[in-house]
Order: sequence, then C-alpha cells, then structure tokens
Amino acid sequence: MKRAIGGSLLMVLGLAAVPLSAQIDLAGEWANRFHEDFPERVPGPDIGDYLGIPLTAAARMRADSWDASLLTLPEHQCKPHPSDYGMRGPANTRIWKEVDTATQQTIAWHTHISWQAPERTIWMDGRPHPPEYAAHTWQGFSTGKMEGNMLTITTDHLKNGWIRRNGIPRSEKATVVEHMIRNGNYLTWMVIVTDPVYLTEPFVRTTDFVLDPQQVIAPYPCEAVVEVERPLGVVPNHLPGTNKFLTEFSTKYKLPYEATRGGAETMYPEYRVKVAAELKKENTAASK
Amino acid sequence: MKSIQFSRALRTSALIAAPAMLAVGGYVYAQQQQDFSKVEEHVLPVQGNVYMMVGAGGNSTIQVGKDGVLVVDTQFAPMADKMLAEIHKLSDKPIRYIINTHVHGDHIGGNEALSKAGGIIVGGNFAGQVAANSPAAILAHENVLNRMSTPPAAGQPAIPFDAFPTDTYFGDSKDVFFNGEAVQLIHPHHAHTDGDTMVFFRRSDVVSTGDIFTPGGFPNADVTRGGSLNGLVAALNRIIEITVPAEKQEGGTYVIPGHGHLCDEADVVEYRDMATILRDRFQDAIKKGMTLDQVKAAKLTRDYDPLYAQNEAATDRFVTNAYNSLSNPPKD
Repeated sequence: MKRAIGGSLLMVLGLAAVPLSAQIDLAGEWANRFHEDFPERVPGPDIGDYLGIPLTAAARMRADSWDASLLTLPEHQCKPHPSDYGMRGPANTRIWKEVDTATQQTIAWHTHISWQAPERTIWMDGRPHPPEYAAHTWQGFSTGKMEGNMLTITTDHLKNGWIRRNGIPRSEKATVVEHMIRNGNYLTWMVIVTDPVYLTEPFVRTTDFVLDPQQVIAPYPCEAVVEVERPLGVVPNHLPGTNKFLTEFSTKYKLPYEATRGGAETMYPEYRVKVAAELKKENTAASK
Repeated sequence: MKSIQFSRALRTSALIAAPAMLAVGGYVYAQQQQDFSKVEEHVLPVQGNVYMMVGAGGNSTIQVGKDGVLVVDTQFAPMADKMLAEIHKLSDKPIRYIINTHVHGDHIGGNEALSKAGGIIVGGNFAGQVAANSPAAILAHENVLNRMSTPPAAGQPAIPFDAFPTDTYFGDSKDVFFNGEAVQLIHPHHAHTDGDTMVFFRRSDVVSTGDIFTPGGFPNADVTRGGSLNGLVAALNRIIEITVPAEKQEGGTYVIPGHGHLCDEADVVEYRDMATILRDRFQDAIKKGMTLDQVKAAKLTRDYDPLYAQNEAATDRFVTNAYNSLSNPPKD
C-alpha cells in the first residue's frame, strides 16, 4: 500500500512538471524549397539588381563598386554565409536540440547548413549576450525563446556580411530577429534584419523547408587556392561611376533603371503601379 | 635585426648629458580631459597565454606565464592602477616586458607606472651596474623613443623620462622568447606612424596590431609622425600574411586591434579591402589632378562613412591624411 501511494505521488509530481503548453519540436532534416525568390537564390542576383531592398545611399554606393572578382581572392573563398543569409542559398539544414539530462530543459538549438557547413548555436538558457568587445563571428551570438509553436531568435555580434550576393552589404552593427515556425512537415524561417548603417528600415525575408527524413548532408571542406595571379594587395573593385554593368539588369528585363536602384519604396506592392505608369509613359513617348 | 639596449644607468648618463632634452620633451603626453574614475578595465581571454584588456585608450594585450607578465600598450596613465589590479588577477608574477606599438599617448600613458610595478631580470656583467630592482623593460621601435624624447611644443608637458623605451630596435623586426613562446616584434614602414610595431605571439597564435588596425574607425595615417595610407595598406596585407584562419575563414589566429572588438583574419580582410578601395579612389583622383578640397567635395568615402566615421570631422581627418600621404609619400 505504502509503495503504491509512493508510486502515485511520484507520478503526480512527474505530471506537474510537464509544461502546460507542449512545445513544438523543430528537430529534423529539412530540405529547402526555392519557390520564393528562386532567381536570386540559385543562379544568383544580377549585378545592379537592388529591387525590393530598403538600402541606404551608402549601401547603394558599396554595391555599385563591388566586383565579383573579389571572391577569387584566397582570403574570400572559404567564407560561409552569415546566419542571416545561410538559409537563402543551397541550405539543406539539420536542426537538433541539446537537452539538460536532469531537468529535460532545452539548453540550445543547433543548426547545420549544407553550403560551407556552418554550424550555429541558439542558446535557450537565458544567458546574456557577450560584451561589445567580444569577437564577431559569421553565425553571430544567438539566444532564443519558444513562443507557442514558434522559435524566436535574437542575434548580434555578426561579422560584416551581405544582404544580397551582388555586393549589397550588411554591417556588423546589425541585429537580426528570426522566427522559425513549424506547420506539420513544413518549416517557415522568417528573418528580420535591422541594420542602422545600410538599411533604412527592417528587411524581412521568408524561406521554406520540408521535412526530409532521408536527407543526407555531405561534408563541405574548403581549401583556398590562388585562382587568379595578381600582384599582392590588389582588391578588385569599380571606381565610382565606372561600373558599366549596372544597367544590364534593367535593360534585360525592360525595367526603368531607377526602379532597379532599390530603396524602401520598391519593397511594397504599390510600387508596381508606379512603375507600370512610368513604363506606359515611356512607351507612349517612344511610339510618337 | 639589431637592437640597442638602454639600461637605466645609460639612460641616466644621457639625462646628465642633455638636460635640455628632458626639460622640453617632444610630445603631447597628457591625457585628454576625461573622467577615468568610472572607467572599468575588462579582460577577455583570447587564446594560449594571451588576454585582451579593454579600458580607456587603446586595447592592451597581456601575456602571462611562468616567466612573468608581458604587456603590449599601457593605455592612459590614470588607468595604471586598474590595469595592475586586473593583471594581478591573471598572474602573481612581475611584469618583465612592456611593448609599445607606437608613440600615441593612449598607448604609452601607463608606461612609467607599470614599468615601476614590474622588474627586469638583471645578470651577467650588468649585475653590478644596474640595480637589482630595475623596472620592467619597455620595448619599442627607436622612432618611438626619438619622438618621446623630442622637446614638446610650447606649453606642453614633457613625457616623464621613466616612461621612455629602454630597449629599442631599428630594423624590420626584433625577437623575444617569453613564457614558452616566440614573441616577434614586426615593424611595418610608415603605416600609422613611422615607429609602429605589431606583436605576434607565435604559439598562442595572436597578433597585437596597435592602431594599424582599428575596426571601428577609418585607418588613421598620422602624417605628422611619418604615417601613410599606403603604409597602412601594406601593413594590413602583412597581417593577412601572418594570420591563418581555422575552419571557414574564422578563428585560428586572433587579432587584437588598437581599438575595437577582438578580431580574426576575416575582419582584417574586410578592413584591408575598405582601405585599398578608398586608396584606389584617392589615387585616381590625385592622378586626375584633383585638389584636396575637390576630393573632399567628391565625398569618395560616403559608402563607408556610416560604418567607420563617428562624425564629419573623422571623415575629414581621414581624407586629409590619406590625400597628403599619397601626394607626398614619407621618405625613410
């Protein structure tokens, strides 16, 4: 009888320890889907395509001077995507959690992404972010909290990175908030970048994944080599006003050049109405 | 590689021989009007034997081990007690060496206090000539000593004699072995100044760069003290040659900048790229015959201003120094 009462008491205590709302499990092998923003994510963005980015004038100038040959330099070849961009590229992703054995509380979530194999830790144990003089990393320092079936992540201490792979920069002063939302076998990963240096307002992107238990992510070793023989210290770039490739995108897609220069206005659907009106005006003038 | 040893006895002789030099000094040594009472020292372990100390003025580097303590750069003088308190938490051994990366006051201010708090090991045929409790050696390129010992401008205080480097070199490098590792002092020519030293802790795999690399601000060529933008770019490329990243262009060799957060090679590459791109723009402008005022009006740095310039004066200073050093390169 005493043993039965003791056993019942333990069971009651065990039940009392279960959280009132069950937390969703994000763990698994997630295969990315490219139906959103396919052209810029897979073949890559065109030079001079700043559409839909709330970039500052400073960011525009940085992008105008960017030369893709920069990436042939050995010291640039093995850079991974920073954590705010990694899911946009070839990003077969593994997510797993680290659990404290005694308390069964989640200490951290971890991610591993296929391209360049960056691994990231999202701390769930309430630890503070490091001081400003600590090192910045490609994945930054992340803390998270569960909000229903959504993991909300806050990241800082990122290295200087990029918003788009055509030279639009993202500075190391940026902070990033992410929401990972699981719906059955689908995962939506929302990333909100706030950059006081190169963005005029927060920039939001979403990327989708589907659970793929048979996914196998290959290793991704990287070795830097000399691809182009150059004098030491040469950094490929375009001097101001000399980048003749900037009009190719607008010419190819028959868009007004001004539209391709980006800015917050170009993020919103109302801008299409404005561009359509401008094109109509141009076409009318051309036909006369 | 050559070095000149200035023992305390020899410095005293120099003092007797040239009292006029000490009376006037050569450098604005006093700290800016700043309240240091509320400034704390923070220590960040880097790797191996090496720590980064952040307080007021430039970053300091502290190496500890069985041989004693080595300090790179000593911040402002009022921070000396706080620096010593933090150093004593890391090691109960004395400071044996201080290395100055260059002559600016926010990097040499604590020389006297930290040197006197430490002590060099004296032996051999100097044992009878130099007091057993001689202060810690202060190592620097000889141009640092030259500038510190130059008579100051009228109204400016002289730098205390006991803050002067005791051990200088005038070649491209000087080697020390301390706490189980090679410590290489590397002199880049005409970079931030004409007396720069970068310090490479080989086994700990850490480089202290002084103000050659300051990720929070534009590269500062102090043209009045022999600095140049081309020299800075060359020095940054030298750092990239020395550093080796670990996996995926991160970690590996760590870099302690003159000011700003702890870095690695990728951070230096980003900074080098900026310095080179802006140098290219200025050189193109000079080639086209543009005056300094025309270069300023062209705002060639506006894509980097919000990241590296605290205000318009900082941009103006950077552009002026860059233009002048490219138009009239310093000579050896």
